[in-house]
Amino acid sequence: MPDTSVPDQDRLIIAGKAYTSRLIVGTGKYASYAQNAEAAEAAGAEIVTVALRRVNVADKGSERLVDHLDPKRFTYLPNTAGCYTADEAVRTLRLAREAGGWNLVKLEVLADQKTLYPDMSETLVAAKALIADGFDVMVYCSDDPVYARKLEDAGCCAIMPLGSLIGSGLGVQNPVNIRLIVEQCKVPVIVDAGVGTASDAAIAMELGVDGVLMNTAIAAAKDPVRMARAMKHAVIAGREAYLAGRMPKKRYADPSSPLGGMI
Amino acid sequence: MNLFLNGEATEAPDGATLAEFLRQLAMPEKGVAVERNREIVPKSLYGTTRLAHGDRIEIVQFVGGG
Repeated sequence: MPDTSVPDQDRLIIAGKAYTSRLIVGTGKYASYAQNAEAAEAAGAEIVTVALRRVNVADKGSERLVDHLDPKRFTYLPNTAGCYTADEAVRTLRLAREAGGWNLVKLEVLADQKTLYPDMSETLVAAKALIADGFDVMVYCSDDPVYARKLEDAGCCAIMPLGSLIGSGLGVQNPVNIRLIVEQCKVPVIVDAGVGTASDAAIAMELGVDGVLMNTAIAAAKDPVRMARAMKHAVIAGREAYLAGRMPKKRYADPSSPLGGMI
Repeated sequence: MNLFLNGEATEAPDGATLAEFLRQLAMPEKGVAVERNREIVPKSLYGTTRLAHGDRIEIVQFVGGG
């Protein structure tokens, strides 16, 4: 159902497909898949990230993600969470393509477990291999504008710098770098990771990014469904504020009421 | 014959195809991907892929993740 709170002409276009929502949500860490689905709905999300894992052969009766989040309704964005080398990431996404049949993927190659910081040299190697193999690659990356450019030059369809560490909820720690990436990038820029609460999402959007991707901020809130709704509004508010163009900052007061006609 | 399924030792009838093996496991073919000895087996080849002793089979599906 189209969201009437978003202007008709303002669409997020990734790999040739137009999306109304600029909020991408993860599907991890929820109390249940049912709650997960309710949150994704409340967020107004059209794209959800998913992971690929071994089937539990001993317990095939357990609930499946696809029973709660219909892949025909939500664009599934398979990720490579937990991969620490380019080879592992490429192997995972080839399996994801076989399982789901779609080419749009989220690449992330991590450097260490403490920070889950992206390993940028491995990420670039994996991105090139995947693009050569026909994938549309949305790439999780550091907020380094130089690597962002290399990934864009390699053909990635979205550049996704971290706001701060995955699951940290520390917000956008380096707005200057995010803005540099926005200004140089011709493909969508999506802040991926670090958002903690609604204002963080709005701040990211006000920097001019094209979207925000989050998981823990919603899943770890006391009321995930309500937070999902808050994030939806924050992303729309931030986008609208960015497009509206903020007033200049001043160092002194400027009265809003007329100075003339005072008694 | 003995093989490995998702890292665990298991057995299948000699000469079984991948399709037969999946049926034995009551595994739906939809929404899963199968690797045999690190090579993806396309769904169209499940019926003609004969498993061999010592094969390492991985069966994966989508789960919740960020």
